[in-house]
Amino acid sequence: MRWRKALTDERGPLMFMLLESLRSALDSIRAHGFRSVLTSLGIIIGVMSVIAVVSIVQGLSHTVNQQFEGLGSNTLTVRSYTPFRKALQGQVAKLRHDDMTAIEQRVEGISHVTPILFAQSGTQGQVSYRSQDTFAQVFGVGPSYFEVNGVFPESGRGFARDDDLRRRLVCLLGQDVVEELEMPDNPVGEYFKVGAEWCKVIGVMERRGELLGFSQDNYVLLPYGTARRIQGTSRDLDIQVQLQVDDINRMDEVKDRISRLLRSNHGLKSGDDDDFRVQTSEQLTESFNQIISTITAAVGGIVGVSLLVGGIGIMNIMLVSVTERTREIGILKALGATRQDIMLQFLIEAVLLCLVGGVIGIALGYGIGAFAAAMLPGFPPAHVPAWAIALSFGFSAGVGIIFGIIPAAKASQLDPIDALRYE
Amino acid sequence: MSADSAESVIRFRGVARRYEMGDQVVNALDGVDLDIRRNEYVAIIGASGSGKSTMMNIIGCLDRPTEGEYQLEGHDVGAMNENELARVRNREIGFVFQSFNLLPRANALKNVMQPLVFRGIKLDDRKQKARQSLERVGLGDRVDHLPNQLSGGQRQRVAIARALVGEPAILLADEPTGNLDSRTTVEIMRLFDALHSAGQTIIMVTHEADIAAHCERVIRLEDGRVAEDHRNNTRRRALAEGADG
Repeated sequence: MRWRKALTDERGPLMFMLLESLRSALDSIRAHGFRSVLTSLGIIIGVMSVIAVVSIVQGLSHTVNQQFEGLGSNTLTVRSYTPFRKALQGQVAKLRHDDMTAIEQRVEGISHVTPILFAQSGTQGQVSYRSQDTFAQVFGVGPSYFEVNGVFPESGRGFARDDDLRRRLVCLLGQDVVEELEMPDNPVGEYFKVGAEWCKVIGVMERRGELLGFSQDNYVLLPYGTARRIQGTSRDLDIQVQLQVDDINRMDEVKDRISRLLRSNHGLKSGDDDDFRVQTSEQLTESFNQIISTITAAVGGIVGVSLLVGGIGIMNIMLVSVTERTREIGILKALGATRQDIMLQFLIEAVLLCLVGGVIGIALGYGIGAFAAAMLPGFPPAHVPAWAIALSFGFSAGVGIIFGIIPAAKASQLDPIDALRYE
Repeated sequence: MSADSAESVIRFRGVARRYEMGDQVVNALDGVDLDIRRNEYVAIIGASGSGKSTMMNIIGCLDRPTEGEYQLEGHDVGAMNENELARVRNREIGFVFQSFNLLPRANALKNVMQPLVFRGIKLDDRKQKARQSLERVGLGDRVDHLPNQLSGGQRQRVAIARALVGEPAILLADEPTGNLDSRTTVEIMRLFDALHSAGQTIIMVTHEADIAAHCERVIRLEDGRVAEDHRNNTRRRALAEGADG
């Protein structure tokens, strides 16, 4: 009894063996430097791709969400929607001026109704100042546009109701337009040309930055009435309508009311699909976030497969390594290593290989993400969230444990006599 | 000599080891009774297939007898589980092999330190003990050398230092000079003789009569049984042969 007690008590705690195993695992990995790198290549590539994609996608999502933050949560956007089948038949759904008037007059509990008239394809995108000319997006917007979207003129003033009603030839410019046309720093009061019309600049909009690599500041705002006049009132123009719901709890009710109204205005029968969409700002971000999570999930699947392949690679090399080191295992057992000691050493070696691969993968992935963001013009800066790093580490360690356990068990179960005899 | 030294370090009673090979049962050891006392210097000899290796594996706790009783320092090895056997190997047995069996990627110092790892001894203490042990076998100036940078005799010295570092009850050597030339053999045997003089119990498995001639007791095995067990009255002493100790 004294014997047994002495045996267990003198033995170091688990931490000691962990540390010693770590030490010898490091020695072994260093001794096979090149092979170790090749072994963990699967993990390196897997983690690298997840970090690269996540950093880019997260950077994007970060910027997009910032963009939509301007749109208040009680804002509804109504726009036309042409189902693909209809589009093939050449039918294009439209949201008309009448629809907006109807919404304004017959839906209760809403305010700040503002139309947005996008420039149709054609000539009116061309703007010029003195000898310079360029193309810009031209919108016609109502006076509430600024409040609803949370973007305001940086200098000058916004549109007044009068500008709209009297169809004044006044305009607000995005920052890029001012730069492109080489206008003075404060162009308020200057005249410039939108299509064939001369407009007076009454203000410059604050900078909105870039989204998906496209500048969001290359635009000209006209009063809605003016835009309609320039494009010709007789034409059937497709517009978007933004409005605010006074009581956020009545959001769904208002949405239903607008839907019913538009359906009857458009003469849709009960079986027909809506030819318009009523969306909250949350839905707008949501649909974008859905795309993001789809990409993330797809990448996750690919990465899962590559980690699996990497894990099998690790297992394969570890099995080879166990065979190669059979004699060494025999020696260690003769010197007094227990099964657990051998098991721990090989397991830790596998986990360490994976973790080293994970660290290299994270560094490379971040590098690629940052490089891609820097090289693609207007791409948002790469952003690696802490959860992605934690997940990569966790996954690497997990792969190491799962795929290291079979070789480690094989090593620990070797018979010392046979192992010592192995050539 | 104290009373303690008369006590048996190793005590075999009817020890047998049988292997089943298909229908046949092979009796590698067939009922061996044996006592080895402290500070004995024993050679186990015999033709190949006589049971030498099995005997050595059982003494070294690498294997367990299928029948009979083996007591090492008064403790029943047959009743021990695998982990306890590993611990006994670690504490009570110092192995010296024919092919040295050094860890190829570890230098001399690390090789000698290795058994102490399994004993939970801290790095600094391990280094100090290993250094002392290497100095004892005359390799104090070779601690940083890898096995492949050492000569055969030096490698075997490292192996002996490793076997001694844990102060084991027995030094168990399996053909320790089998891979060495005659000059180096004398060197190594001189070392064994010196260790024996210093009080170390040594058991040597060999088929060379020359080597067995150094020991004070010779046990000859034949077909798994002790055929002869005699005191060696014409003992050769490597110490006396050499110029100095």
